[in-house]
Amino acid sequence: MQIYLPIAEMSVNIFLILGMGGVVGLLSGLFGVGGGFLMTPLLFFIGVPPAVAVGTEANQIVASSVSGVLAHWRRGNVDLRMGAVLTVGGLIGSTFGVALFSVLRGLGQIELVISLSYVIFLGVIGGLMFYESTKAILRRRAAPAGRSPRSARGPGRHTWMHGLPFKMRFRKSKLYISALLPLAIGFVVGILAAIMGVGGGFVMVPAMIYLLGMPTQVVIGTSLFQIIFVTANTTFLQATVNQTVDVVLALILLIGGVVGAQVGARMGAKLRGEQLRVLLALIVLGVCLKLAFDLVVTPSEPFSFGGIGE
Amino acid sequence: MKTRDVLLIIVLALGLARPAAAQSVPLVADLSNHLVAITTGFTGTDVLLFGATDGPGDVVIVVRGPAKDVTIRRKDRFGPIWANSEAVAMRDVPSFYNVASNRDVEAFTSERIRSLYEIGVENLKLKFVDSGQPEDIRQTYGDALIRLNTERGLYSPENGKVSLLANRLFRAELHFPANVPTGAYEVGIYLFRNGDVVSGEFVPLIISKTGIGADIYDFAHNLAPLYGLLAIVIAVLAGWAAEAAFRRT
Repeated sequence: MQIYLPIAEMSVNIFLILGMGGVVGLLSGLFGVGGGFLMTPLLFFIGVPPAVAVGTEANQIVASSVSGVLAHWRRGNVDLRMGAVLTVGGLIGSTFGVALFSVLRGLGQIELVISLSYVIFLGVIGGLMFYESTKAILRRRAAPAGRSPRSARGPGRHTWMHGLPFKMRFRKSKLYISALLPLAIGFVVGILAAIMGVGGGFVMVPAMIYLLGMPTQVVIGTSLFQIIFVTANTTFLQATVNQTVDVVLALILLIGGVVGAQVGARMGAKLRGEQLRVLLALIVLGVCLKLAFDLVVTPSEPFSFGGIGE
Repeated sequence: MKTRDVLLIIVLALGLARPAAAQSVPLVADLSNHLVAITTGFTGTDVLLFGATDGPGDVVIVVRGPAKDVTIRRKDRFGPIWANSEAVAMRDVPSFYNVASNRDVEAFTSERIRSLYEIGVENLKLKFVDSGQPEDIRQTYGDALIRLNTERGLYSPENGKVSLLANRLFRAELHFPANVPTGAYEVGIYLFRNGDVVSGEFVPLIISKTGIGADIYDFAHNLAPLYGLLAIVIAVLAGWAAEAAFRRT
C-alpha cells in the first residue's frame, strides 16, 4: 500500500516504513539506544531527501524519548538539575545547528556534512563498542567464574575540570562540578542532534559517564529527559526555518518504532550484554562503511539538483 | 516561451482567417480531466487527451510542467571523497516535459521547426542565470538536467504515442508519475502538414495536492511555527500514549 508523504513529496510503501520503524525500534529496545543514528541513514537509503529525514527524525525522537523517560522518571532516575543545565546547552547548540544546517543546505554541502558526521561518529562509536565488547567476551572466556576486574576509575577523580568556575551541586548525581561542563556537552550534542537528526544519546551517555562522572543509573533517564527538549527545539526550528518536518512519515515511523521497542526490550532481557553490544557494534560499523563507501566511490552520476528551491 | 506564444497566435490567426476553414476549425482537442488531484494514496495517473482534425496530418503533443528555477551541482574529487563543487543555475526550466506524436517527428518536421516549437528534450531552450556561460558548460549542464529529470521520470526522451483514427480523430494517454510536480501544466497540440504547423491548441491542466496531504503541506508552509508546535505536541502525546498502552499489558 502506497502512501504519499506530503513534505517529502514522495510516495512510499507504508509497510516498508512501518518495517523500518519496527526494526530500528527493536534494536533500540534491545540495546537501549535511541536509534536515530540508524533511522536517519536508512531514510536516506530509501530516497527521502536528507533535510526531510533529519527534520522528521528529530520529531520522532521526541516521541520515543517521552515514551522512554517515563519509566525512568517513576524510578526517580532523572537528575532534573543536571537535565536542565544540559538542556540549556542543548537548546543553544541545536539552534546553532539548525542555522548551520540552513547555510550548508544553501551551499549544497549539507549532504556531505551529514554523511561525514555519520561516518566519523558511527566509526568511532562502533569501533570502541566492538573493541570493548569483544574484550569483555574474551575476558569472560579466559576467566569463566571470575568477576571482570574493572579499573577503579569513576567519580571522585580530580582533574583540571574541577577547577572551572560556576560550580553547582547536582544532588542526584552526587556531583559538585562547574555548570560549564554540562553546558558545553549539551551544546556540542545539540549541534550534532540538529545536523544529524539524532537524539545524541550515543554521544551524551558516554560523555556523562566518562567526562562528568555521573552514576550510571541516572544517566539514561537524564539523557532522555534532555533529548526531549533538544529534539523538540530541533523539530520546531526545522519546521519553521527549513519546512522539513513530515508528520505523516514521523507518525508511521513511530507506530513501527514503539511496537518494535517493546518487543526488543523483552528480547534484550534474555540475551547477554556483551553479545548484544558486539551485534550493535557490527550494525553501526556496517552503516558507517556503507556511508563511507558512497563518499569515496566514483559517483555514476556526478550531477545533482541542489540549492534553494529544490 | 514568448516567441512560441506569438507564433502560436499567428498560426491560430492564419488558421481562422482561411476561408476554406471557415466552417470547421482545423484542430480541436481536450483532456479527460483538467484537474489531477494528488491525494494521500497517489501513485501516478493517466490523463486521456483526445481531439479531431479537419483532415490528414500529423499530430504532436507537448506537455510542459510549471517552470521552475533549478541549480545543478557537479561533484568533484577532493582527496579521497567526492563532494559538490561547481553549481550552475537555470531559470524557468519546465519541471515536467513529454512529447507524443503519431509517428517519428523527424519524418515530417525539420530541425528548425522542432527547435522553434521546442519539440524533443534536446530542443528545450534553457535559460542560464549567468548568461555568460561558455557553450561547453551549457551543453554539459543542459545534458545533466535532462538526464536527472529523465531518471526521475519527469522528462521523457522517447516520444509517446498518439493514435490517429481515420485521419480525423486522435487520442493519447498522458502519463504522470507519482513524483509529478504540482502546478499549472500546459498541453500543446500541434497539427502538422507539409512539414509545418497548420494549427495549434493549448489545453491547460492543473496538478495539485488535495485532501489531507495538501492541507498538511499548506499548513507546514504557511503556518510553519504552529505546524512545528503541533508536530511536537503530537509526538509527546504519541510517546506518552505508547508508554501507557504497553505499561498496562
